[in-house]
This record gives sequence, C-alpha cells and structure tokens, in this order.
Amino acid sequence: MAGTSRGVTGRRSTHVGLPPFQRFLDEHREAVYRFLVASAGPGEAEDCFQETFLSALRAYPRLRDGSNLRGWVMTIAHRKALDAHRARRRRADPVEEVPERPAAEPGEPEPALWRAVRALPDGQRGAILLRFVADLPYADIAASLGCSEEAARQRVREGLKRLKERVG
Amino acid sequence: MNARDFERKMRGPRGGAFDDRSAEAAGRLVEEAASAGLLDVVYAEVDSPFGPLLVAATRRGLVQLAYPDEDRDEVLSGLAAKVSPRVLESPAGLDEIRKRLDAYFDRRVRDFDLDIDYSLTRGFVRKVLRATARIPYGQLSTYRLVAARAGSPRASRAAGNALGSNPIPIVVPCHRVIHSTGGLGGYTGGLERKEFLLKLEGALD
Repeated sequence: MAGTSRGVTGRRSTHVGLPPFQRFLDEHREAVYRFLVASAGPGEAEDCFQETFLSALRAYPRLRDGSNLRGWVMTIAHRKALDAHRARRRRADPVEEVPERPAAEPGEPEPALWRAVRALPDGQRGAILLRFVADLPYADIAASLGCSEEAARQRVREGLKRLKERVG
Repeated sequence: MNARDFERKMRGPRGGAFDDRSAEAAGRLVEEAASAGLLDVVYAEVDSPFGPLLVAATRRGLVQLAYPDEDRDEVLSGLAAKVSPRVLESPAGLDEIRKRLDAYFDRRVRDFDLDIDYSLTRGFVRKVLRATARIPYGQLSTYRLVAARAGSPRASRAAGNALGSNPIPIVVPCHRVIHSTGGLGGYTGGLERKEFLLKLEGALD
C-alpha cells in the first residue's frame, strides 16, 4: 500500500524513520560544508551547500530508507561539487592554476594540498574526498560514484599516488 | 611527508571547524527553501508567561502549539511522521503567529484570527476542537455542550479526552471548557495554566 496509495495512511508510511529535516540538517551541515570546501573550494562551498540541501529537501519526503542519510547527502554534495567543477571548466576559469591566495583561508590549512586535490581527475578526486573528508565506507563511495568497491579503492590509491608526486 | 602524515592532512580540519559557517548557511537555507516552495512545516519558539512555546505552522495555518514541558524532539518527530518530514525552524515564518500570541497575553486582542490546520486530528476529536474554537473569548462552555456541538450529545467524557489531546491549546481554547457542575475539569498543560488563562480573559476571578 505504501507508495501507491495517495491517502493519508499511505503517505504516512513512507515517512517512517525519517527525522524532521531540521535535525537531519543540524546533524550533517558541518560535515557537508567541510566536504564542499575541500571539493568545490572555499569560494564555491556556500552555493554548493545551498544547492545540496535544497535538492535534499526536495527529494526528502520520497526517501524510502533513512538508515544512511550521511551517505545520501554526501552523494548529493559530491554531485553538486562536480557540477561546480564542470561549470568552472566551461568558463575556463584559471582559478585553480594561479596561487591566488598567498595566505591560507581559515579552515583550509593546506591550500596547496587542496588545490592539488581539486586538480585531480573527477573519479580520483571524488573517491579521495568521499574517503578522507566525508569518511564514507567504500560501499557508499562505490554507490556515490556508480562504480564497484574495488574500482573505488583503486581510484583512491591512484589519487593518493598522484597527490604524493605533486605535493610531496 | 610520509603516508600517514599525508592521510592525516587529507582528513582535513576536524572538531567543528566549519560549525559557524555551516550554521549561517543553514540559516539562509530556510529562505531559499521558502522561495522554492519547499517548506511544509515551519516551527519556532514563542515566549509566553508559561515559558517558551513551540509553535508549528503549515501553509494552511497553525498546526501545533506545545507547552515548554513537552518533549521538543518528540513533537517535531510527530510532525515529521504525521504531516511532512520537511520540517524546518523558521523564526521569521512564525512572526504573525508570535504577534497574535503576544497581543493575546497582553490583553490587546480578544480573537486570534488565525488560520488553523487541523491535520493532526481526525474524526470526533477534530469535530470537538472545531466546536471549541467557536467558544468566544472570556466565556465558558461545558464538556457536554461541546460534545453536543460535535454531534454526540452523550459523549461528554470522550469530548474531555479529545480536548486533552488538543494539539493547539490556547488558540483552540480548550481551557474555556469546564464541567457542567462548575468544576474546572482537567487540563493537559496543568490546571494552574487553565486558571491563568481564564483569569487573563476575565472568565474567572
């Protein structure tokens, strides 16, 4: 009955287990913001944050399984960061090439490292950030990236290797 | 830099480094959500002589008002399960309701004139509450009379229970309903609150 009935009872049963959106937001906002600063850059984190939680809010009542909200919201955040990357690439914005900030931004103590992370190919960057910043298990990273767990591990390994070559 | 140092740096700042910035961003989200038409339930705290009331509204109107001793998380979880999980805190979204409540407690108005969303109730309970909402300021009614107006003249005990589960006390004035013998009856928020409200309205000395 759940999902097919548009009656009150049917609608209700799809909400079981979902916390009020405000609680979901309060629990994950800090981690999502941190993830977006790392993945989209400090300048774009705010816009990506709004888009992430607006998308989440839009889809929230239809969410069937509330047991992995962290993985769910990080997947959305990852996609928004990817969109921001692609938009910047289309603009041919040289922002990542020029060391435009001589001093570190607050909350970004390793600007060179993060610039190098953001310069990684999409797949490696996503895997690295979901693993080390979002703290997701490989099963969730694989689901977010639409690849196998083994492929997700491989991307992390390759990404780390490349970063070590670049940053030291 | 060895592998472990590198991974530690990769893990980035911890311990609430983005707490302030994400809190501000979350505050702005409510406005964005409002313009996108995505706010199903908004809530805020409203000061009152009883302490902070938790007040919640939908697009249709005021849906819940909870006294300070009610468990806040439980109230919000109930709204998420029964109305919509799109529940967000929005002090600005409750401004109108806050103004009306302030005016009521200052005895500046006798009528809230607020839209009410009865969707937390159904059946007989809803009928009883609708009947109760029509009792004028400062006047008393009885459980028996309210039951009759809800269509079941002999159900005064059930009417009492219905009023005991009123999700919108004060505004749906269940405090104006007493026993036909003249006894004050009960009140979920505590009998002293019932007396306070009736004295405020001049219905009780």
